Amino acid sequence: MATATLDPAVDQAALFEFLLRLGDNALILGHRVSEWCGHSPALEEDIALSNTALDLIGQTQLWLGLAGEVEGKGRSADTLAYLRDGFEFRNILLVERPNGDFGKTLMRQFLFDAWHFLMLKALKGSTDRRIAEIAEKASKEVAYHLDRSRDLVIRLGDGTAESHRRMQEALDDLWAFTGEMFMGDAVDAALAEAGVAPTPHSLKAGWDEIIEETLAEATLKTPADAYMHKGGRRGVHTEHLGFILAELQFLQRAYPGATW
Amino acid sequence: MATALRPSVDQVWQWLAEVPDPEIPVISLTDLGIIRNVAWQDDTLVVTVTPTYSGCPATTVINLDIETALTGHGIEKLRLERQLSPAWTTDWVTAEGREKLREYGIAPPVDGTAADGLLMKRIDRLGGRSNLTIACPRCGSANTEKISQFGSTPCKASYRCTDCLEPFDYFKCI
Repeated sequence: MATATLDPAVDQAALFEFLLRLGDNALILGHRVSEWCGHSPALEEDIALSNTALDLIGQTQLWLGLAGEVEGKGRSADTLAYLRDGFEFRNILLVERPNGDFGKTLMRQFLFDAWHFLMLKALKGSTDRRIAEIAEKASKEVAYHLDRSRDLVIRLGDGTAESHRRMQEALDDLWAFTGEMFMGDAVDAALAEAGVAPTPHSLKAGWDEIIEETLAEATLKTPADAYMHKGGRRGVHTEHLGFILAELQFLQRAYPGATW
Repeated sequence: MATALRPSVDQVWQWLAEVPDPEIPVISLTDLGIIRNVAWQDDTLVVTVTPTYSGCPATTVINLDIETALTGHGIEKLRLERQLSPAWTTDWVTAEGREKLREYGIAPPVDGTAADGLLMKRIDRLGGRSNLTIACPRCGSANTEKISQFGSTPCKASYRCTDCLEPFDYFKCI
């Protein structure tokens, strides 16, 4: 792989798009997870979820901050988070799924964490030094997210009849949203060509391995691959994103430029 | 500008060693290992700081505390720079800082930084399925158990001593 530089030759529009995808995944999942604050089944879980949300929002600031720099139109991480409409968001549909019960929240987290961990690990070798540096930082945090979500999926999957039932339902419900993580388009091809990012598909084998091993230990049955939902990465979202943005963006929309 | 009037870099490090971490005030910013460099660029003092966790809310407060302390010591032109790489690791917490944490009731990080890519090995280690021992900061017993991977701040995990029953924070390795 070529040496990392500050600004490798790559289509800047594609780079911006890619950074929005990373940043928006972290932002929307961070927001979803933060909805649990004060509502979790146990204090330790409440704290753990809030910490996870905090890590994700911190990573959002780094990714969207860099996206704004790359775009060069003076937009900050805050501007990108608070002042874009739904069709401009590039997160995958999985992260905007409603929290549901605790099992569904954890299963969503686990399916995402496994992908996130592998993606960041690959990005540490990016030819874009700015991306490699953020990935180096974020991957340490995400390793803890994965440790935790994996552990809880096993404990609840291989737990009581009730917890097992809920975890299996969560898995069956969310499975059709996992395919989007591995679908590539022209943006991914351009970045892979320049050594900036891996192709989404290249992460699939590693993800399958983590998922299969964990689900087996959790005594959960991996659903068969069938139709996979997609669209979020190009701005076509489910109705849930609008409700998230209504809450997330309310303050800046109602009181433009408000600060603490 | 007369170079002789500038405080030395060593002097600045000493001043920074007196600035407490806002969340864990028993240790200083230098104990924590987040001050990566101090240097003069012409008449401007440049202090390079690395964040502990990317979402740590203390980061803003830390920058403000550095500015307050150094301007209080008469530094007129100051610039803070954020450095992400190499990413902060608990390996940088000083020996003195570890001792202060223990005395304060927080088990210090006992392990090296996470091995790259060895996920399962790492999970085994963190899950307590290895010989890693986190001693109780109160009674020193090695019989402790993890309550949660996450504690009162992003950098800590929750543990409990099964001998003296003390619940305590563990400054987790990253």
